Amino acid sequence: MRVYLDNNATTMVDPKVFKAMEPFFVQMYGNPNSLHQFGSETHPALRCAMDQLYKGINAKDEDDIIITSCATESINWVIKGVYHDHILNGEKDHIITTEVEHPAVIAACKQLEALGAKVTYLPVNEKGIIQAHTLRDFITDKTALVSVMWANNETGMLFPMEEIGEICKEHGVLFHSDATQAIGKIPVDVQAIHIDFMSFSAHKFHGPKGVGGLYIKDSQPLTSLLHGGEHMGGRRSGTLNVPGIVGMGMAMQIAVENLDFEKNNVRKLRDKLEDAILEIPDTFVVGTKEERTPNTILVSVKGIEGEAMLWDLNKNGIAASTGSACASEDLESNPVMEAIGAEADLAHTALRLSLSRFTTEDEIDYTIEVLKQAVQRLRAISSTYSYAPSWHKSGL
Amino acid sequence: MGKNSLIGGSIWEEYSQKVQDLMNNPQHMGEITEEDAKARGGKLVVADFGAESCGDAVRLYWLVDETNDVIMDAKFKSFGCGTAIASSDTMAGLCIGKTVDQAIKITNLDVERAMRDTPDTPAVPPQKMHCSVMAYDVIKAAAASYKGVDAASFEDEIIVCECARVSLGTIKEVIKLNDLKTVEQITNYTKAGAFCKSCIKPGGHEEKEYYLVDILRDTRAEMEQEKLKALADAKIAGTDNEVPFNELTMIQKFKKVESVIDENIRPMLVMDGGNLEIIDIKETDDGMTDVYIRYMGACAGCASSSTGTLFAIEGVLREKCSETIRVLPI
Repeated sequence: MRVYLDNNATTMVDPKVFKAMEPFFVQMYGNPNSLHQFGSETHPALRCAMDQLYKGINAKDEDDIIITSCATESINWVIKGVYHDHILNGEKDHIITTEVEHPAVIAACKQLEALGAKVTYLPVNEKGIIQAHTLRDFITDKTALVSVMWANNETGMLFPMEEIGEICKEHGVLFHSDATQAIGKIPVDVQAIHIDFMSFSAHKFHGPKGVGGLYIKDSQPLTSLLHGGEHMGGRRSGTLNVPGIVGMGMAMQIAVENLDFEKNNVRKLRDKLEDAILEIPDTFVVGTKEERTPNTILVSVKGIEGEAMLWDLNKNGIAASTGSACASEDLESNPVMEAIGAEADLAHTALRLSLSRFTTEDEIDYTIEVLKQAVQRLRAISSTYSYAPSWHKSGL
Repeated sequence: MGKNSLIGGSIWEEYSQKVQDLMNNPQHMGEITEEDAKARGGKLVVADFGAESCGDAVRLYWLVDETNDVIMDAKFKSFGCGTAIASSDTMAGLCIGKTVDQAIKITNLDVERAMRDTPDTPAVPPQKMHCSVMAYDVIKAAAASYKGVDAASFEDEIIVCECARVSLGTIKEVIKLNDLKTVEQITNYTKAGAFCKSCIKPGGHEEKEYYLVDILRDTRAEMEQEKLKALADAKIAGTDNEVPFNELTMIQKFKKVESVIDENIRPMLVMDGGNLEIIDIKETDDGMTDVYIRYMGACAGCASSSTGTLFAIEGVLREKCSETIRVLPI
């Protein structure tokens, strides 16, 4: 049996999405910007996709949703664009973000620091989120941008978007959120909160890879990242990725239609898996079930190094992930884990399981079984875990 | 960089078959208890290295025959990734049958070699080399415990890069011998810093006592100091003329040019009622040394000052100092 529980990394393209994209490879391959019928015949599908995207996040017609190649591009655009428009000219000098953002945010901010901008990386609490009021302590009249993720990729923890939005509004500071891990998992409504920019990526909600979006409130100015032809109203050049846009639109519509399914059914399976894991002694999960996206579990299994656990799961056909330093190419440890896991040594024992609406109960039952066996095998090898009766461990 | 490094591969694909097999079925995993030791007539040694909070921890059990110091049996337990488990397992296996003194000589490089499928293909990717270091450290800890000494006493040199086992002495020597100027060059020459990269600069996977960036800086400063001292010594010994002009510092070059002019040129100019002063000496990008001079007295208006006299001065300086000298009157 093969079980895919790494949906926070990427997802399967929904077959309905794939079907919607298919005509735009061999049949309708025209460039939408061409005058002839090969170009114009792609327009109805593109318009439909834009409708689906606007509706999906409840954007107004006056807003822009610019299609990009991925969330990384959207994020780089916002951060570097704001730098260009507000910091380079000396008007502002400061950006605020968090220490647990996706590398796209962190690395872009580091790049701007090298160019002279000041960046504050807000610390997170033991659950890996910031408390909105801490933002007030760091905002100055020179702060140009606040960038805070909507949901964390490792833990699934949701950030207090509404409060952060209010604080930014109060101080007249631009607010960007990386919503890559939120869209398709929880309702995302850009009118319900105060937000200026929002980045997302299709492949995290069963759309294709290589296409993402940037929401820009009221079509406000933001210097372009990609210059070239007059695509996307001149805001983002590059020939339109027709099948990608069509796929992302369809994926957005289906994802939004399935939000209740996420909240109930995916959550139920996630909770079943989580409860079963928590029955294993010396395990703990970051955050309560309500505080997270309904599909994610970040669990620490005492005595078992994350990559060793992945190895055993993979041997049995189960795909999961770990923020463990050892499993990454560069051995850099994950700041999310470090921030929240100091006491529990979570940085090295974390295992991330992320479900999707395609995950079945059979798969979860199988995973529970395999996981228990893996824990038994690896704890027998472990030098930092020994089975002992609980009365013994309590020191009696 | 280049074609093969553009699409990140799974580091798992680079594990040797032996590593994979040992991860799945470690051969020497387990414990040796006091009872076992008593029954088998050996001394039990238990040593720990690392901690869960560091990401790696290993416990090594030895059963040692006290009559001849031979390790009769070895077992391990390990908290770590698959390669840490495989390395610990291999290390335990390598200990069996050796004396304690022989075991101390097992390094992480031996462990890695033992896990190779073919002699020329590394058993693990570079960033996983670090996992085998722990295996080496725990042997030292076990031997220290058995002998009742401090583990540090087994190290006769300071190891800067534990993954590649390169000592401080080696790194300094290589920098000096080859006139190395960058950390990348050190890595190319010694492999230090090629694996987990912790020893390159602060802020890596692990905190270190010595970093290559600091060693390079200090060694370069040392080399500069040595060069100056050699020059000063040569001066005292009267052999400073033997130091090639191009290796002198700017001030020394200035002095050298000044002394050659004093000895060979100035007397002749003075006889004709003239003189010159050296305004500046500059090194150019094309490897020349430009000497800027100003004529004084009768020389200042002399027709020959930009032809014959100038060529004579340049000729003398080229002969006595360096062929790279150009004399430029201003």
